[in-house]
Amino acid sequence: MALNRDFIGRTFPPSEPYEVSRVKIREFATAIGDANPIYRDSEAAKAAGHPDVIAPPTFPIVVSLGGPALLDPALGLNYAMVVHGEERFEYQRPLRAGDVIVCSTTITDIKSAGNNEMMKIETEVKTVEGELVCTAYNTIVERGA
Amino acid sequence: MAAQVKYDDVEVGTELPAQTYHVDRANLVMYAGASGDFNPIHWRESVAKAVGLPDVIAHGMYTMAQGGRYVTDWVGDPGAVVSYGVRFSAPVVVPDEGGADIEISGKVEEKRDDNQVVVALTARSAGAKVLTRAKAVVRLA
Repeated sequence: MALNRDFIGRTFPPSEPYEVSRVKIREFATAIGDANPIYRDSEAAKAAGHPDVIAPPTFPIVVSLGGPALLDPALGLNYAMVVHGEERFEYQRPLRAGDVIVCSTTITDIKSAGNNEMMKIETEVKTVEGELVCTAYNTIVERGA
Repeated sequence: MAAQVKYDDVEVGTELPAQTYHVDRANLVMYAGASGDFNPIHWRESVAKAVGLPDVIAHGMYTMAQGGRYVTDWVGDPGAVVSYGVRFSAPVVVPDEGGADIEISGKVEEKRDDNQVVVALTARSAGAKVLTRAKAVVRLA
C-alpha cells in the first residue's frame, strides 16, 4: 500500500532520554559475539583513550529504529511487510557508557520502487546536553503484495 | 584513539584477512533481546515461511554487526570507526539444524586525509552476497 507522502520531511518529537549503560553495552557486545575488552572493561577503554567503555558501531540501532515515527496509522505502514534496506551510521565520536541521549527522527524521503515502498529515515543521536554523537540513516522497504 | 593499524602501513588494495562467523538460532534470540527487535521472522520458522521467506533469517543488523566486528578487530579500537554503512542485499538464512556461516572479507579502497581509510567489505552466506555497498571509514594510527 502506498505510504502517505505527506510524511516526507516530517520530524518527530525527540525520544525520552536514554541512559547508555555498561550493562547494556556488554549485553549487546555479547549478543553480536564480540569479545573486545573495550566494550566490557573500563580500564581497557581508558587505555585506548576513552573515558569509559564504548558501544559497538551498530549499537545505536537500539535507540534509532524509528520507533513511534513508524507507528502513526496515518503513515499507512504495514509492519509485517517491512524489511531493512540500508543502514549507515556517521559518528562524531563513539557512544559510551554514561551518555544520556535523545533521538530525533525525520522522514527524509518516501518513494516507490517496483511493487515496494522505500522510506528513508534520519535519526540524530544527541546527548541531553545537545552534543551530536551520531547520525543514523536508515532505509526501510515495505514489500508489495 | 588506540588504533593498532598504522595509516602508513596500508595502501589502496591492502586486503584484510578473511573471517567466517557462525550464526545459529540462539544467537538470533540473544540479538533480539539485546537490540529490542523481536520480529518473529528471526526466531519462528512458521512465521518466516508464512511471509514468503525460506526459513528463519538473521536480523540485517546482526549481519551488519558481524561486519562491524570484522573491521574493529582489524583496527583494534572500535572508537576508530568514523562511519559504517551497508545495503542489505539478501537475507542470511539460519536453519534450525546447523545454523549458517557468514564469510567476510575486506580491502582498503581509499586513503583520505586525517589518517582515515575507507574499507570496502564483502559478506556472503550460502553463496549469496548478503551485504553490498558495505563500507567503513576508520581513522588509523
